[in-house]
Amino acid sequence: MTATAITSSANARGGLFRRLAGQELLLAVAIVALAVVVGFINPRFLAARNLSDILLGNAYIAIAAVGMSMVIISGNIDISVGALIGVLATISGSLAVAGAPIIVTWLAPLVIGVAVMAAQGAIIAYLRIPAIVVTLGMLSILKGGLISVTGGKWITDLPQNFHLADLSFFGVPMPVIIMVLATVLAALWMRNSPTGRAIYATGGNPEAARLCGVNPQRTVLMVFALHGFFAGLASLVYATQLRVIQSTTPQGLELTIITAAVVGGVSILGGVGTVVGSTLAAILIAEITSALVFINVSPYWTDALRGALILATVIADILRRQRRAAQGWKR
Amino acid sequence: MTLAMETKTFRVPRWLKRHETLLAIILLIALFGLGLLNDRFLTLDNLLNQGRLMTEIGLIALPMTFVIITGGIDLSVGAIVGLCAIMLGYSWKIFGFPLPLAIVFSLFVGALAGFINGLVITRVKVPPLIMTIATLALYRGLAEGISQAHSVRGYPEWFYFLGQGSVFGVPTQLLVLLVLIVIAGIVLDRTTFGRALYAIGANETAARFSALSVDRVKLVVYTLSGLASGLAAWVLVSRVTTTRMDMGIGYELDVIAAVVLGGTSIFGGSGTIWGTVIGLVMIQLLKNGLALTGVKGDATIVVIGVALILSVLIASSLQRRRD
Repeated sequence: MTATAITSSANARGGLFRRLAGQELLLAVAIVALAVVVGFINPRFLAARNLSDILLGNAYIAIAAVGMSMVIISGNIDISVGALIGVLATISGSLAVAGAPIIVTWLAPLVIGVAVMAAQGAIIAYLRIPAIVVTLGMLSILKGGLISVTGGKWITDLPQNFHLADLSFFGVPMPVIIMVLATVLAALWMRNSPTGRAIYATGGNPEAARLCGVNPQRTVLMVFALHGFFAGLASLVYATQLRVIQSTTPQGLELTIITAAVVGGVSILGGVGTVVGSTLAAILIAEITSALVFINVSPYWTDALRGALILATVIADILRRQRRAAQGWKR
Repeated sequence: MTLAMETKTFRVPRWLKRHETLLAIILLIALFGLGLLNDRFLTLDNLLNQGRLMTEIGLIALPMTFVIITGGIDLSVGAIVGLCAIMLGYSWKIFGFPLPLAIVFSLFVGALAGFINGLVITRVKVPPLIMTIATLALYRGLAEGISQAHSVRGYPEWFYFLGQGSVFGVPTQLLVLLVLIVIAGIVLDRTTFGRALYAIGANETAARFSALSVDRVKLVVYTLSGLASGLAAWVLVSRVTTTRMDMGIGYELDVIAAVVLGGTSIFGGSGTIWGTVIGLVMIQLLKNGLALTGVKGDATIVVIGVALILSVLIASSLQRRRD
């Protein structure tokens, strides 16, 4: 508990070590501890094959959670991202089957992802419509649109060279490379560049940010465009892993992504959090889901567990803030 | 009309400029338009059947109007429908409760689910959006975990009266909805509780300083939302004869769209039950009209999504012009 208290004060600024002493360290410890405990109960959980399956199969969630973290830190929310990833995966799969050049099938989800999210960001930032309304509407547009256009047909016979996720570099699989690169670059950018800091400022207090020369509207638009880019990247990793792309939207994917961001230490009230935390949280959630199978708990409990996890983290975060605010008053 | 226009003193009457009146006019035009396009549409049978189909959404839309007027939101309603449907079926079939008790129990679970939302929102000050996203996952997850994807069927004949029967030719559940609409309308418009909702939505701090028990009012509102979702689950199970864990998925979209389309401000502080009822009917007509012209169900949710965004856009731009 003291460790978490340190993070929150170090989150705003502070050395790398002190940062790591908080939520991120807690998550890293939890990932290792869970592996040890479950491995003790069922050693097959620790098989290299299973561990790499956990990492490879869920890298796309961590990638999408990077963008989601930015959105939440800026004081917004997006519940359309799961549907968007489904749509983008279908688009790049269809392009590949139709014989488009591979580079086009890889770039299309990135471009369309940015376009869709930037459009939402513009409505949210400049027309002042709450993010929940815009993204709830977009969720249904994407979900209904996808099924009515494709008729739910699966995409098969993908060309061999489409599978970007099967490539590896010095033995490191592509999904892991993309996940680590996305996380590290986004974390450094958000920590050190003025535009990155503007995201925190906007989420912390838009009015104060405006007085400090930050344009909150432009920042929100930029955050959503970036979120679209990461969603495109996530769908690329997701789609190129599959042999068959089901042209439906993955049920509840947006909740998993939001959970990763929130459990990773992004404060739902905006202004605080890191993408390193969200990536670790995505791995932890994937590990928990996999662990359930190995300790013979029905996978149907996964959603309840995820709900409980997000609830507990949010409540803990808010109570911690309140206690800190109360201490501030005393001083 | 033209005569009145010529005299300088004429102003468009206030009631005519109201969002609800405009919506009602659009609704009438849509009714006749759809009636002209398709001769199966404007039949009593079809309209009554549409009334039957919209009841579940309508039941939840009433307290959702209250919730949104206070400046909150409840995204967990669809998940509560799923949880209550499972609790109804399971407490009857697996725990061996008599069916009436199982119904009461599932209503209690719905109210409890809403109460928990309200409790954390008011005591811990978790924003309603986040709280109900979390419980959306939690309640749906409980429905999945408890049911393990098994469905329950084979209810006794009397149980279907609510969802499939009719009284004097009117679907039973539609009568229930009509009674509740009247009650909700009176509560919102004619009671101190109703006025408190507007006060909280317009300015929560001012409401607190005016000695309104803001937290208690909110707690009641979210509990009602859960209870109505439980009631909707009962109606739904009775209508479709089975209990499944995926019941109510996506209800939050229809419910919120109906409320917002009906002129309730998503920022809180204004809205009417009368508007919500029109919004509800419009959404059902939209679905039915599209279905009759051969559009599939999946495409209709696209239209509802567009309608949701557009109605908020138009409402907020009108608001800005007025200011």
